[in-house]
Amino acid sequence: MEDIEHIEKEIQLVDANERRLDGRALDELRPIKIEAGVLRRADGSAHVEWGGNRVLAAVYGPREAHPRHLQNPARALVQCRYNMAPFSVSDRKRPGPDRRSVEISKVTSEAFSAVVFTEQFPRTSVDIFIEVLQADAGTRCAGITAAAVALADAGIPMRDLVTACASGKIAGRVALDLNKEEDNFGDADCPIAIVPRTGEIVLLQMDGHLTEDEFDRAVKLSMGAAQKIYELQKDALRRRYATTALDEAHEHAGVSA
Amino acid sequence: MTAEVISELMREHIVKLVASGKRGDGRAPEEIRPLKIQKNYIGTAEGSARVKLGNTDVLVGVKISTGEPYPDTPASGVLTTSVELVPLASPTFESGPPRPEAIELARVVDRGIRETKTVDMSKLVITPGEKVWVVFIDIHALDYDGNLFDAASYGTLSALSCAKMPGKLSGGEDRPLPVDHWPVSVTAAKIRNMIIFDPQLDEERIADARLTVAIDENGDIRAMQKGLSGSFSYDEVRYVISTARRLGNEVRGIIQA
Repeated sequence: MEDIEHIEKEIQLVDANERRLDGRALDELRPIKIEAGVLRRADGSAHVEWGGNRVLAAVYGPREAHPRHLQNPARALVQCRYNMAPFSVSDRKRPGPDRRSVEISKVTSEAFSAVVFTEQFPRTSVDIFIEVLQADAGTRCAGITAAAVALADAGIPMRDLVTACASGKIAGRVALDLNKEEDNFGDADCPIAIVPRTGEIVLLQMDGHLTEDEFDRAVKLSMGAAQKIYELQKDALRRRYATTALDEAHEHAGVSA
Repeated sequence: MTAEVISELMREHIVKLVASGKRGDGRAPEEIRPLKIQKNYIGTAEGSARVKLGNTDVLVGVKISTGEPYPDTPASGVLTTSVELVPLASPTFESGPPRPEAIELARVVDRGIRETKTVDMSKLVITPGEKVWVVFIDIHALDYDGNLFDAASYGTLSALSCAKMPGKLSGGEDRPLPVDHWPVSVTAAKIRNMIIFDPQLDEERIADARLTVAIDENGDIRAMQKGLSGSFSYDEVRYVISTARRLGNEVRGIIQA
């Protein structure tokens, strides 16, 4: 702990030019790359690189819900499992769910239940699996962003994608998309997931200290960023199906790859 | 893990193919799938590798820390291997504590590494009886299309070969983990009376018996594991070993490249 306090005093999260440790402006996202359809066996999948985060999401279903007593005769369940690989963080994480993972899994399931047309698939379950392979703060948002693309890739009917991005407060300033140092030494973190077309918030968490005004600015930053991420999600899906269509056209024309 | 179901039609089709010396993906019986290895895939791990064996996709992370040796081996480091068959990788994998399949897989990979003295455990001692290097090997299945044994073995060796012992924990500089031997596992499956190597999922599903052989750089056998309910004759075992020596050499070249 002494070490951490020492570093905290030394570390200057925002410099005189309002630039952050990694050179970003306060309202700037880390680089994000999204790829859809990366796993063979899953019904839908996506990989998201988001700064130092690397997250895989897979979707299976709609399929028979287990255990059976959970089945809902009127609609499908949306079940999510968020899991961190033991090697995804600097001190090895013990495998399996801990309380944090269980909570994230729950709020993520709830976020997606808001957009999936669950009434179309009674008694079934749509299972979302999020694996954090490398963590650099903001893994739940990266996971949700990946899972939305995976759901679309699986052909699950939805009102819209879900897009997530956190904002927070570092060195007394509201900032978008905190990285690990900023999360550790910052003053607040506030992950938000929205339905981009309507602006509905389907996930909202916050820890730390924000004034009302700061919270407003944080939400605005996240909402603005979500629209950019939404474009990246749609682009990933277009690229995925553009290639498929092209491959099929080639196959029909007898052209080999 | 619920059982992999396969239709009778598919079963007959595969049996017919194998009987005529062919396979569903065009390989010869003794041919392994294309192997792609990306070392140092995970920044938060001390060593890592992502391995694609055909469509089977495995990520291995090595975490290294310091700790106390076991009381009965005060002059030896500690090495443990775990496997997570996360439900992202297959519709038949379920969350929860490791099932027998995962434990068998971890133990077979562990044996291949340990019995070969791949990592010289006596070189992992910092202060005898007090402080040693502790090496965690975590095998994370991402996409299951058959033969996790070999994919996990190649990933583990690759990840160990690029792993670093962090100097900040021992008060020195980062040093590469000492890797002295290069055991490579090769797995064969028996379908009726025919033997094929590196079974893909459909072949694995109908296999009667499975044999994994770990071969070192001198062509010596370092570990073996027979699985499933069928049997092998002695001649069949010898055939598997001699083929494994040849295939093992090819694979070792790819891992060391």
